[in-house]
Amino acid sequence: MTFLDYAPAPESRAILDLKPSYGLFIDGEFVDGHGEGFHTISPASEEAIAEIAAGDEHDVDLAVRAARRAYERVWSRMSGSDRGKYLFRIARLVQERARELAVAESLDNGKPIKESRDVDVPLVAAWFFYYAGWADKLDHAGLGPAPRALGVAGQIIPWNFPLLMLAWKIAPALAAGNTVVLKPAETTPLTALLFAEIVQQAGLPAGVVNIVTGAGETGRMLVNHPDVDKVAFTGSTAVGREIARAIAGTHKKVTLELGGKAANIVFDDAPIDQAIEGIVNGIFFNQGHVCCAGSRLLVQESVHEEVVDRLKARLSTLRLGDPLDKNTDIGAINSAEQLQRIRQLSDIGEAEGAERWSAECAIPDRGFWFAPTIFDNVSTSSRIAREEIFGPVLSVLTFRTPDEAIAKANNTPYGLSAGIWTDKGSRILAVADRLRAGVVWANTFNRFDPASPFGGYKESGYGREGGRHGLAAYLAPPAATPRRTAAGAERSIASRSASGGLENETSRADARTTISETPSADTDTRREGVTATRASRSSSKSASKKGSAK
Amino acid sequence: MTRLAVPKTYKLFIGGAFPRSESGRSYEILGADGAFLANAAKASRKDARDAVLAARKAVAGWAGATAYNRGQVLYRVAELLEGRRAQFIEEVRASEGLSEPDAAAQVDEAIDTWVWYAGWADKYAQVAGNANPVAGPYFNISVPEPTGVVAVIAPQGTSSLLGLVAVVAPAIVTGNAVVVVADERHPLSAISLAEVLATSDVPGGVVNVLTGSAAELAPWLAAHADVNALDLTGASELDWIDLQISAAETLKRVLPPAGGELDVRSLERITAFVETKTVWHTKSMR
Repeated sequence: MTFLDYAPAPESRAILDLKPSYGLFIDGEFVDGHGEGFHTISPASEEAIAEIAAGDEHDVDLAVRAARRAYERVWSRMSGSDRGKYLFRIARLVQERARELAVAESLDNGKPIKESRDVDVPLVAAWFFYYAGWADKLDHAGLGPAPRALGVAGQIIPWNFPLLMLAWKIAPALAAGNTVVLKPAETTPLTALLFAEIVQQAGLPAGVVNIVTGAGETGRMLVNHPDVDKVAFTGSTAVGREIARAIAGTHKKVTLELGGKAANIVFDDAPIDQAIEGIVNGIFFNQGHVCCAGSRLLVQESVHEEVVDRLKARLSTLRLGDPLDKNTDIGAINSAEQLQRIRQLSDIGEAEGAERWSAECAIPDRGFWFAPTIFDNVSTSSRIAREEIFGPVLSVLTFRTPDEAIAKANNTPYGLSAGIWTDKGSRILAVADRLRAGVVWANTFNRFDPASPFGGYKESGYGREGGRHGLAAYLAPPAATPRRTAAGAERSIASRSASGGLENETSRADARTTISETPSADTDTRREGVTATRASRSSSKSASKKGSAK
Repeated sequence: MTRLAVPKTYKLFIGGAFPRSESGRSYEILGADGAFLANAAKASRKDARDAVLAARKAVAGWAGATAYNRGQVLYRVAELLEGRRAQFIEEVRASEGLSEPDAAAQVDEAIDTWVWYAGWADKYAQVAGNANPVAGPYFNISVPEPTGVVAVIAPQGTSSLLGLVAVVAPAIVTGNAVVVVADERHPLSAISLAEVLATSDVPGGVVNVLTGSAAELAPWLAAHADVNALDLTGASELDWIDLQISAAETLKRVLPPAGGELDVRSLERITAFVETKTVWHTKSMR
């Protein structure tokens, strides 16, 4: 026994009171699904945890109808302060049931309990708490006068942060006044169903939150449902593309939070101790199942050897194993399918000439596991430098000058996040200016906060989640002011010369009132028109659709 | 005895230069009364690609200029437009068949709209960005940045100059570079605007103007992998849903055709083509 061997310290599962099977959560009730049910398993042991219902087209339709009814009759008529109070209740209930949620998350997802307990679940509560306060302050958000909700939001979330992604989606949607239908990932539906119980405990009006479990096909039905006004998706770029195509020509507003291949740039003057911890956190946090993971390490040549040696030493101290053990650093890979992809890309990395090194650690007999791995001397053209692996695999590249670092960092179709490690504050800001990425961490990595907008450039998607920007994603853009329009230029000139500046303001306000009475009728006709277009189109396009929404 | 006029040859505007279409094609521009006004260059797929290339080269410099500088450069464009006011009025009048006062109203509105957008250069980031009070020792700030290369289908059929200004000015004020397909039937004022841009301080390639068939050019721009965003404001008569589907391949930001009348002065048009970057900077006494 070495100093690294700890006695097992598993978090007790006794706190869980799971049912053998879960239905869909529609209109405030758990109901049977009409699709073929499936089991959700623990990726650490492959044991079945519970039977989960799958929603078919009929179920998705019921859920969207319930959400529409709740929107029309209750939620859109409720005061912002009451909506906010429901969200505060939810935040508190999440805190009260925090340990239970953390255990369920680690069981279903495979992530270490110390992460679900100290990162995921606290952030979930923080997210609801933050957006709760916005619900009655929308007029002050700087997002135009009299902001309006969109209606029904269809939300599809991934398996890497199941409950946290649910919070990122549901909290801002509800605060802005929308109702939601959420589809959790096929392999991690458990905490969303526990969240449905929290929704019941909070007394949230029926239909405001609906949860429909299922596979990619269920998600596709949700995206394509004609009565959905907003689609929010977090997942792969391939599915994001499919959604962008599917919503083309419709009235649906969309937010896509997709893949990444983040550069983590280490300059030679970086505080090395912190940098090593930051690199480890950047790529081995959550087994690397993180879209913003720092999967490309760009190290300045002069410190390359030192950094790689120290990284290997640090990785050798990480403990891989039972996700529910409080001492575990690296949990299980979420599914057999994902493990297969990580193995395949790692083999390709080796075949393409990169030097592979994996930490020596005992791999449990059952479950899905992958030892923390570093590839050194990776070329920029290698697939492991270009493609998202979504696993505990780090590709190391080097650079000589800041310009080269920036060029290499930006040399990717993705643009979600990046890291900079240096002691020079001015260099941090100059490099950050030139990185084409939505989130830049300087001397830190993988930090998240409900007040801080998150989202990508380029093929990492569009729209932001978090902060004031995340609220904008669930509100209709301000109605066009008719005062100055291309067609009406002459009129507006005439009225301006006849009356003074102050008069002008009045006429604008008047005009806005006239407009705001018409849009519901306008949008309705438009929606019907567009739906018809899509229907005729979808028959020809559906053949070309592939990939699964996850 | 009347003097014989010297008519202008209207060409494309790509990378700060005025080439003819590489295809050698041109098309007739008729006035509202059916009289011949000019031959305009009919841009091809290759011209569109050259324009995207020129725009890509221009982005870094234009986006990297200070906001104050961009604001002044754009304000100077308005100064030059004002100096050519009579020419624009005549072009708009002849092409669109407007009365003299109506044409003048459109040109004045276009110039004033340009001034309105120029003023946003050093202000929009304060409205669209903010500091974020995160729970930890971090300085956390979100700022908007230009998306990159924006392909634009300008409003077609009415208010050719004002429509063009309403789509070009909001895109470039933040630092984007644009490739704009002008009003197909009324392209003359677009090329005259290009002449103004060429003699102002706007770097070559920041605005590229293509004349010709929007239906022919739009699919190439929508599918081009080096275009970051697609403004379909003037595409309502095209098969714009297919353009949007095509743009999804590289996840371009798409602004669909404006329903109803176009709001020519709009902060939302500015923020449609920016990306929010959030920077986390550690705080420490160390």
